[in-house]
Amino acid sequence: MNETATLPELDFDPYASENLLDPYPMHEAVREAGPVVKLRPYPTLVACGRHEQVHAVLNDHANFISGAGVGLANFNLETPFRPKSLILEADPPLHTQTRTVLSRILSPKAVMQIRATFAAVADQMVERCVEEGDICGIHDLAQIYPLKVFPDAVGVEEDGRENLLIYGDLIFNSMGPHNALLAKAAERMGPVTEWIMAHCQREHLRPGGFGDQIYQAADAGEISHEQAPLLVRSFLSAGVDTTINGLGNALYALAQHAEQYAKLHADPALARPAFEEALRWESTAQTFFRTAARDTEITGVPVLENTKVLCLLASANRDPRKWPEPDRYDIERRPSGHMAFGSGIHGCVGQAVARLEGEVVLTALAKRVKRIEITGPHTRRLNNTLRALETLPLRLIPA
Amino acid sequence: MPTIHFIQADGSRRELETPEGASVMQVATGAGLQGIVGECGGSAMCATCHVYVDDAWAGQLPAPLSNELEMLECTASERLPTSRLSCQIKMTAALDGIVLRLPATQQ
Repeated sequence: MNETATLPELDFDPYASENLLDPYPMHEAVREAGPVVKLRPYPTLVACGRHEQVHAVLNDHANFISGAGVGLANFNLETPFRPKSLILEADPPLHTQTRTVLSRILSPKAVMQIRATFAAVADQMVERCVEEGDICGIHDLAQIYPLKVFPDAVGVEEDGRENLLIYGDLIFNSMGPHNALLAKAAERMGPVTEWIMAHCQREHLRPGGFGDQIYQAADAGEISHEQAPLLVRSFLSAGVDTTINGLGNALYALAQHAEQYAKLHADPALARPAFEEALRWESTAQTFFRTAARDTEITGVPVLENTKVLCLLASANRDPRKWPEPDRYDIERRPSGHMAFGSGIHGCVGQAVARLEGEVVLTALAKRVKRIEITGPHTRRLNNTLRALETLPLRLIPA
Repeated sequence: MPTIHFIQADGSRRELETPEGASVMQVATGAGLQGIVGECGGSAMCATCHVYVDDAWAGQLPAPLSNELEMLECTASERLPTSRLSCQIKMTAALDGIVLRLPATQQ
């Protein structure tokens, strides 16, 4: 079989700085070239940029597996740099077992229990920002909020939480090529891996927190005690950097669109849809991969066994075939079906927590802040997987 | 094309025609129907596409899988024996005419 040779070929490198800084021209070119394309710099993969194909791949977990890695590396051919995740980089039946435990701990019902605490912290932090007036939207709000509430909920001590940022940066860089971004992230690791693994142990986790609940599931025999620390690790790697950038991107979207912020200020009940639309418009996780488990197809396009399939989530979220005026940030849109959390059995298991964080922070802002002004140019923190801001200078005008 | 009859909590009704194979949630959100949110996009992760299946139709649906059952414990409105997540109901010709009642709230 050699059908993939007939696919459209493009020269784009998704990991080149210019495409990480501004991915949207590349996304449009990929979408318009065809439903499945090849990228010359990475001859072993095929890429999907349209919503239909991204959705199809992510919802066909039998043919497009995660166990061979959800980044560029193919674990059938190279050794993963860390022990494989028991949920992200796993397939049924193992995945079903671990997912059941995590989805119960992070279910909408469980999220109801943490809602009041998360909202109170959001109110306090927004209040402090309003008093400051001139803030960095990233360092003074988007970063400190998830770094406070989520490790609190997991049950991780306060000291050393900056290690979670270094770890998250490495994990999401590791899903790309062995480039300078990954090398730099790896250099910063030093004793961080040790800190992370120590904080996955039961004695470091507050009884009753999400982390401890993993160990309770092990006590109950649902998972093994050897699996428990690796599942706690999933909280620590996937639960911080993602929401930080989700919040940062939402602040960016609202600051760039004064008329949308005015609508939110007039009706704070729009906070949740405003966050949701920001996830669509400026997706935190830009990409995830699957691996073809056998010779198969994507909506009729043949794909050979062991091919890595690059799903451009952020591109699917701006596919004009799915979304009218996709480049417009519109908080009254109903963006159900966006791919920012992925889709199918590997859809983000923490999405109820992420939405809660987005909702309560934007609600607090909507109530306390009349207008958000941009006071200087923003800067980006380049990462192989995440769309991240480094700085976002803002002035909050109190209501 | 099969038709779905939606009855809102206030008693108002709306009919939608659906392509076969689409989920009820997809059809409802695509048509802008109020009362179904479908926040997670169909991954059975949010319990905001909750519907009550009319008694006459309840027995004709495949039984819910474990992930749907788990999520049905998280609905914002009361869970009834006929409660389902509409993202998990795939429309087929056999379901032409199905009647679904919407709960008062999804969140």
